Amino acid sequence: MSPVTDPAQHAVLMLVVPLAGALLISLTGRWPNVRDGLMLVTAATLFVLATGLVDPVLHGNGVSLVLAEPFPGLALALDIEPLGLVFTLLASLLWLVTSVYAIGYMRGNREARQTPFFAFFAISIAATMGVAMSGNLLTLFVFYEVLTLSTWPLVTHKRNDAARAGGRTYLGVLLLGSFALLLPAIVWTWSVAGTTDFTPGGILAGRIDPLPAAILLTLFVLGTAKAAVMPMHRWLPAAMVAPTPVSALLHAVAVVKAGVFTILKVVIYIFGLDFLAGVPAERYLVWLAGFTVISASVVALKQVEIKRLLAYSTISQLSYIVLAALVLAPLAEIGAGVHVVAHAFGKITLFFCAGAIYVASKKTRVDQLDGIGRRMPWTMVAFAIGALSMIGVPPTAGFVSKWYIIAGAFQADDLFVLAVLVASTALNAAYFLPIVYRAFFRRESDAPAVDHREAPWPMVVALTFTAAATIAFFVFNAPVVEIESRVLEVSR
Amino acid sequence: MTLVDWMPFCVLAPLIAAPVCALLPGRRAPWLLTLAAVACSALISGWLLPAAIQAPLSYAFGNWPPPIGIEYRVDAVNALLAVLISAIALVTLPWMRQSVDAEVPERQGPFYALFLLALAGLMGIVMTGDAFNVFVFLEISSLSTYALVAHGRRRGALLSAYRYLIMGTLGATFYLIGVGLLYIMTGTLNMADLAARIPEVADTRAVRAAFVFIMIGLGLKLALFPLHRWLPGAYANAPSAVTVFLASTATKVAVYVMLRMVFGVFGIEFARQMPYQDIFMILGAAGILFGSIQAIGQPTAKRMLAYSSVAQVGYIALAISLLSVEGLAAGLVHVVNHALMKGALFMAVGAVIFRLGTNRIGDFAGLAREMPLTMLAFALAGLSLIGVPLTAGFVSKWALLQAAIDEGLWLVVAVVAAGSLLAVIYLGRIIEAAWLRPAPEGRGPVREVGLWMQLPLWLLVIANFWFGIDTTMTLGTATQGAALLIGSPP
Repeated sequence: MSPVTDPAQHAVLMLVVPLAGALLISLTGRWPNVRDGLMLVTAATLFVLATGLVDPVLHGNGVSLVLAEPFPGLALALDIEPLGLVFTLLASLLWLVTSVYAIGYMRGNREARQTPFFAFFAISIAATMGVAMSGNLLTLFVFYEVLTLSTWPLVTHKRNDAARAGGRTYLGVLLLGSFALLLPAIVWTWSVAGTTDFTPGGILAGRIDPLPAAILLTLFVLGTAKAAVMPMHRWLPAAMVAPTPVSALLHAVAVVKAGVFTILKVVIYIFGLDFLAGVPAERYLVWLAGFTVISASVVALKQVEIKRLLAYSTISQLSYIVLAALVLAPLAEIGAGVHVVAHAFGKITLFFCAGAIYVASKKTRVDQLDGIGRRMPWTMVAFAIGALSMIGVPPTAGFVSKWYIIAGAFQADDLFVLAVLVASTALNAAYFLPIVYRAFFRRESDAPAVDHREAPWPMVVALTFTAAATIAFFVFNAPVVEIESRVLEVSR
Repeated sequence: MTLVDWMPFCVLAPLIAAPVCALLPGRRAPWLLTLAAVACSALISGWLLPAAIQAPLSYAFGNWPPPIGIEYRVDAVNALLAVLISAIALVTLPWMRQSVDAEVPERQGPFYALFLLALAGLMGIVMTGDAFNVFVFLEISSLSTYALVAHGRRRGALLSAYRYLIMGTLGATFYLIGVGLLYIMTGTLNMADLAARIPEVADTRAVRAAFVFIMIGLGLKLALFPLHRWLPGAYANAPSAVTVFLASTATKVAVYVMLRMVFGVFGIEFARQMPYQDIFMILGAAGILFGSIQAIGQPTAKRMLAYSSVAQVGYIALAISLLSVEGLAAGLVHVVNHALMKGALFMAVGAVIFRLGTNRIGDFAGLAREMPLTMLAFALAGLSLIGVPLTAGFVSKWALLQAAIDEGLWLVVAVVAAGSLLAVIYLGRIIEAAWLRPAPEGRGPVREVGLWMQLPLWLLVIANFWFGIDTTMTLGTATQGAALLIGSPP
């Protein structure tokens, strides 16, 4: 890649590259090898582009530009700050990995309509990049909606009754949140503050009373249905009808992280931590997030479908981030940002494993996994690593973020949050460890229909990589933590 | 000749062409003449818009000075409407040809003549500055529209046209009674003159009665809930080409007349003294909810979109009822944007009818594979109807939400949100059928429609996105027009 001359152009390229990729993919559908090759090249290019933004964002004057101005004074604008930078890096890296995985999955599974599948996948990534780089709420909303709509064809990919029903719930809940809660919240913000720019320190202080501010924050937190805070979580289990690469990247990383990312941005750059501390009703949302953490874990305990179990685990983990953001302690904010990354590596590994199990053995239920660790050792070791990260056991990524969140809870003397974290750790262990136990320490009850080994090699490579990353992050988390801490320096 | 001298030809060109067109034989000639007349109208109105935004233009017919003679008076509001109507007609024409050949195989000369008359009537309503002249053009456009609707091939078309005729005539009569009362009280029919004289007699029962008569009359014309009963049948049974044109223009013009009467003639102060705001807000909200919910259960795509139009009129009424510049601008911009989205949607459905001969929702199954471009256009225009960002529909929604939030009207916000979600449901039925269901067995291969149907359709779809990003022409002009209307005397 050429050296970064104009970071703003660079940012535009981050949107254009995946879209161009989508176009190329749809044009070359007749030659699957060319198509898949192009997809890998696109994903790699995007990641390289994202790494090129690190320096200008951290050491330059920031990266911002205006794309268009649909309303007087209110533009479609990009403005990359540290939080968004981490998100672009994360999503683009994992897209590359998921592409490798998806090629194995779609081919191994002989899925129909692979070309539109990969094309919409690329569009979703473009939308994710847009969300990450948004300079104001309007821009964020635009890309947020593009993300909702471009993932619908992926969720309904199988085109059977289950897919149609899942697709309805998916769109229904997400659009309910955006049109009924999020959009009014954004227009309200614009009406009150006269701007929707993400500004360090927030834009609402002194412009809105505490009680309306609490209502506004509630609209934001619930309206951002992608963050799946209860009761807006129903779309996430419904989305599990999608092929597993979608569940892995979009519904464990890109889409849901776009949700919590929105909430983080709103808390830090729209309300501002200092202002929110003076909004007493904010506490109710902490309780709501805490409730989501616990109850989603309880529901996960009872799930027998692997992917549904993972979906409920995701709901629970997302609310960790919301919870941490709303604790309003500096260390907890860092923890929230770090957990975006930590959870991503662990959860994508788990989904990769679920997909690998499905492709190799067509098994989808927890109770079918007895002894599968012997047939698929790589996959199940990776699964165990992902599970440990969800529980928060060292040496995995999950421990790092949990550490910061707990430290933040102490900083704020928040015993409720501590209690939630402890209870949820126990619950996570209660539903993940039995699976690991089954896979390695039980005997296969009866021989499977097909005598299988590991899934196709691209899948194994991908899940090994993310599992390794989950462990590596335990040691090499310094850059991420450092970038996240800048968010707070800037907003002070 | 100066610009102002050309102004009346917006109306005159189609009006003069119509009788000639009626006499022309065959299929090609009437269409070409219509195209020429419509292009003329569109060119002049496009030329007018920039000038009219600067300062209102006035043309006195027969050189009689305005309060006595008939005046054409064009400012930002009517110039925008004139451009919209003539542009929609121009875009629809290339699309129409094949569809009309299929649905109105014989006597196309009179058919196109009626189309021209309808256009002339609508343009006349928009351009004129005379309250009685509005009635005359209202009748010209309405009578020709009844006849156009009756051209539908199904039996229901006649009944629908008859129903439309009764309701439309009632509406026009109510309007005329109102204008008559105003004339008795003020002795003038010129709108600007009326506006100047009404304040003196504003406190009389006769003027209030005139207001009520005019509002009910126009309410019928614009299909405001619960006066909308004529609309679904008329839209569903008319030939597809007529539906496209009607849905994007006819009710919009009625909205324009109402705006002009409420704000330009009676004045906002008068409207505040009447229970105008409450009634229109409630009826608008009820229209949104009722129309959208009804749309969900409709068996055919055209009826569904027709009920959706009832809902969209509700949005416009709701926006106007806020009685603020922002609200009025939101209403006006939705007039334009809704024309763009509904035009595109009806064109897409019309294309399906052209190929399949039916538009039952179930018949859309698997159609995305066979008519991919048409269905993609339908989906994209549908996004605009829902109000997804980057589309024109989003601009309307944003403007309306902002106007409502500025006034602290949270129930209005809730209704607008509900409308969007209901639109997802009714449009979703077709999208789901087209993409996620297999084609029914026994249906032969379906070909995609040709270039001349695609081009206008996609032009409108692109316009939906264009005006979702660059809103200077739509929202900018609408805001300017709204300020002008509200600021106009008294």
